[in-house]
Amino acid sequence: MRNLALSDEILLKIEKPARYIGNEVNSVTKNKMDISVRFAMCFPDVYEIGMSHLGIQILYDMFNQFEDTWCERVYSPWPDLDALMRERGIPLFALESQDPVRDFDFLGITLQYEMCYTNVLQILDLSQIPLLAAERNWEHPVVIGGGPCSYNPEPIADFFDIFYIGEGETQYRRLLDLYKTCRKDGASREDFLAEAAKLPGMYVPRFYEPGYHSDGTIKSFEPTRPDIPRTIVKEIVTDVSDTYYPEKPVVPFIKCTQDRVVLEIQRGCIRGCRFCQAGQLYRPVRERDVEMLKEYAVKMLDNTGYDEISLSSLSSSDYSRLEELVSFLIGKCQEKKVNISLPSLRIDAFSLDVMEKVQDVRKSSLTFAPEAGSQRLRNVINKGLTEEVILKGAALAFEGGWNRVKLYFMLGLPTETEADIREIAELSNKIAVTFYETVPKEKRNGKVQIVASTSFFIPKPFTPFQWAAQCTKEQFLERAYMTRKAITEQLNQKSIKYNWHEADASVMEGILARGDRRLCRPILMAYQKGCIFDAWGEYYRHDIWMETFAECGIDINFYTTRERSLDEIFPWDFIDCGVSKEFLKREWLRALDEQVTPNCQQQCNACGAARFQCGICFAKRGGAAEAL
Amino acid sequence: MRLRVKFSKHGVLRFIGHLDVMRYFQKAIRRAGIDIAYSTGFSPHQIMSFAAPLGVGLESNGEYMDIEVHSLTSAGEFADSLNAQMVDGIKILEVRLLPDNAGNAMASVAAAGYTIAFREGFQPDFLTSSVIDDFYGQDEIIVTKKTKKSTSTFNMKPYIYACCFDEQNGTMSLTVDASSAGNIKPALVVKALYDYKHQAFDEFGLLVTREETYTNVGTPADMQLKPLGFVGSDY
Repeated sequence: MRNLALSDEILLKIEKPARYIGNEVNSVTKNKMDISVRFAMCFPDVYEIGMSHLGIQILYDMFNQFEDTWCERVYSPWPDLDALMRERGIPLFALESQDPVRDFDFLGITLQYEMCYTNVLQILDLSQIPLLAAERNWEHPVVIGGGPCSYNPEPIADFFDIFYIGEGETQYRRLLDLYKTCRKDGASREDFLAEAAKLPGMYVPRFYEPGYHSDGTIKSFEPTRPDIPRTIVKEIVTDVSDTYYPEKPVVPFIKCTQDRVVLEIQRGCIRGCRFCQAGQLYRPVRERDVEMLKEYAVKMLDNTGYDEISLSSLSSSDYSRLEELVSFLIGKCQEKKVNISLPSLRIDAFSLDVMEKVQDVRKSSLTFAPEAGSQRLRNVINKGLTEEVILKGAALAFEGGWNRVKLYFMLGLPTETEADIREIAELSNKIAVTFYETVPKEKRNGKVQIVASTSFFIPKPFTPFQWAAQCTKEQFLERAYMTRKAITEQLNQKSIKYNWHEADASVMEGILARGDRRLCRPILMAYQKGCIFDAWGEYYRHDIWMETFAECGIDINFYTTRERSLDEIFPWDFIDCGVSKEFLKREWLRALDEQVTPNCQQQCNACGAARFQCGICFAKRGGAAEAL
Repeated sequence: MRLRVKFSKHGVLRFIGHLDVMRYFQKAIRRAGIDIAYSTGFSPHQIMSFAAPLGVGLESNGEYMDIEVHSLTSAGEFADSLNAQMVDGIKILEVRLLPDNAGNAMASVAAAGYTIAFREGFQPDFLTSSVIDDFYGQDEIIVTKKTKKSTSTFNMKPYIYACCFDEQNGTMSLTVDASSAGNIKPALVVKALYDYKHQAFDEFGLLVTREETYTNVGTPADMQLKPLGFVGSDY
C-alpha cells in the first residue's frame, strides 16, 4: 500500500482529502532507480482547477514518455491544508510519489493568469525552496515557468531560474539533456543556467538587466553576458498532427472544473480581435489533422471512461473540417452514450443543427460574445460579429426552441463612449424583440431569458491595445452603473438580467499584466503579508495589495491608466512571439481609426508569424512562405 | 439482467467519498466495456444502485452495487474485466446474478458488520470481554442525538444485533442496523461504550472496517441476516 505524505489525522480534518492522495486512473508511477530526471509539474491553484488544464496533461504525457524522466503533479494546497503544513513544517509533495518537491530536479510552474503569482510563492515556500532564484543552489530544483503569463515574466522574474517561452513540446528534451550533462560534469548551477539561456525559447532572467528613464519607463534591456541572445523567440510546434498528445489523460476521483475528455482541434486563431492576447501569442493558426482527432477521441474515451467530450480551440467554427469531425463524434457518442460539448461555436444554421442533436434544447442556452455594444466599437476591437448576424442567429435559435441567451461584453474598451454602452442594453432588447417577433404566442415555452454580462477590459502585452490606458476603478464602476441603468430603460427589461464583475481585481490584474521587474518586491511583500489565492474573490485582499504598493513607492497608475507612447520600450519587448511590434502598432492605429482588419483566412496582414513557416501562413502560400 | 457486485475498499481509497466512488465505477465500467444498461432520455445514465454509503476514512471488505446489463459472460470474466480497470485499493470480490424479484441493493440493506481496531496510542486499557458483555447486556443503551433544533434521546439497543470483543486482537466486532431508516454509525456505539465506562472518547482513535453488508431474509420480527450476495446466484 502506498505511503502518504499527510497523516490520517490531517487528511480526516481537511476539506476534500482526495486532492492530495494521487493514485488516480492513468497517473504514472515509475521506479525511482530507473530515473535520472524528476520533474514536478505544477499548476499553482487548487487541484480541481489545475487538473482541468489541458497543457499540463500534454506535458505530463510527454515527459513520462521519456524513459529517463518521471513527471509528477503538484497543485496549491487549499488554505486549510496550507495552514497545517506551515504550522507543522510539512514540505510540499508531489502527488504520485508523495515525495517532497524540494528533492526534485525541476519544478515547472504553469502561469495561466496573473492572479496566481502569490500562489507561485506559496508553492515555493511550502516546498521549502528559497523564494528568490538568486538564493538557490544545487540543493534545490530548477524552477521553470511557462504558459501565457511567461510572455511578460518580468513582474515575477526574481522567483524563477528559467522561463520557457512558447509551446512546451519542442525544447524540453534538449533542456533535460543539458541538465544531465551539466550534473554529470559537475557544472555549477550558474553555468548550467548560462548554457540553458542559449537554448531556443529559454529566458534566464538573472542574465538580463533593465535600465530606466527618469520617468520610470524602460531605457534599455540588455543581456549581461555576451553569449546569450538579446531577444527570445517563442517556441512553436509546426506540425500539430505529429506531436505529443495524451491518449490516456489522468482521470481525477473528484469532480473537476473540466470533467471530460478535451480534444484540442487547433492552436491559434485567425480572427485577430485586438483585445485578445491568445489570438496574437499562438499565431499562426494550426489545425490538427481530422483523422488524428478522430483516432484520439476514441482512444481517450476508451482509456478514461468519461461520458463527455469537449472540443477545444479559440474559435472552433473556424476549424475547416468541423462538420466532418462533429458528425463522426455524434455517431460515436450515440453508440457510447457520451455527450458532446461544443464551446466557442459561432451561432449559425450548422451549429444550431449540431446543438439540437447533442444537447437538450430546453435546458441549454445560446452564447454570443459581441464584446462591445455598438458596431463602431466592435470595429475598434476588430470583432467581426455584426448585429445582423447576432439577430439572425438568435431568430434561428428561437425557432428551434431555445429561449435562453447569454451575452458577453467588455466595459472600458479604448474609445468607448456612453453611446456604445447604451447599445449593450439596446442590443439585449433587440434580441428580446426578435424572440417575440419570431415565436408565436402559442409556441412560447415561457418567456425569453437574456443574461448580459460585462467584464472589465484589461490591456495585455502583445496585443494592439498594449499601448492603451486602462480605466480607473471608478471609471469601471461608473460604466457598469451606466449599463445597468440603460438596461432598466429598455422595453423588455424584465427579460434581461445584468451581471458585472468586481472592479478591484481587474485593477490588480492590470498592474501585473503590464508590470515590470520592479513589481517583484511588492508581490513578495504582499505574499508575506498573507496574500494568497488572489484569483478567488473570497481570498483576494485589495487593501493589502494597495497598501503594499504604497509602501514600495509604486504608483499603480503608471502600470494601468497611463497611455503609452508609440516609441516606449515595454518590459516584454525582448520576447519575440512572431507577431511584430510594427504590426501591433499598425493595428492600434487602425483601431483608433475604427478600421476593421480582415482575418488570416481572408488575407495575410503581414503580422510576422509567417516566419514560423507553418499553419495558415504556409498553407495559403502553397508551400513557399514569403518573408514579410 | 441484474448483477450484484461485491467489492473491497482499502488504503488511500478511504479518502474517496461515496459519490466519487460511484463516479469512479461509472468510468471503470465504460473502460471495461461492460454491456451495462442505460436509462432513456436526453442524458442517459448507467442503471446502478449502491448498497450503503461508506463514510470517508472507513475501509471495507463488504461493499455492494447492483448494475443492470444486457448480456452475460460469466461471473469470473466479469470480475476479471472490471478488476483490470481498478486502481490500487479497490477490488472486485464477487459477482452474482440476481433473480428478477430481488430488491435493489440500497433497499435490501438491513445491517452491516464492522471490525473496530484502535490506532496506536488510542488502545483502551479498560476493554475486556466482560466489559463488553456488561455493556451489551444492558436493557437499554440510551444515546443523545443532537439536531440543529433540539436534542433528543433514543434507545440504541434494539438496533445493535451483535457486539463482542476479540481479546487476542484487541478489536471489537459489531453488527448494527444499516438500513436507510435506522442506520447506526459504529462510532456511536463505541462512544456509548466509552460513556458507560466514563472514558474520554476520540473518534479519530478508531480504525473502522466494514466487513459485510447484510440483508434480512427472515421477517422484521425474526430477522435472519445474510450477506447481500446471498440472494443472487453464480453464473
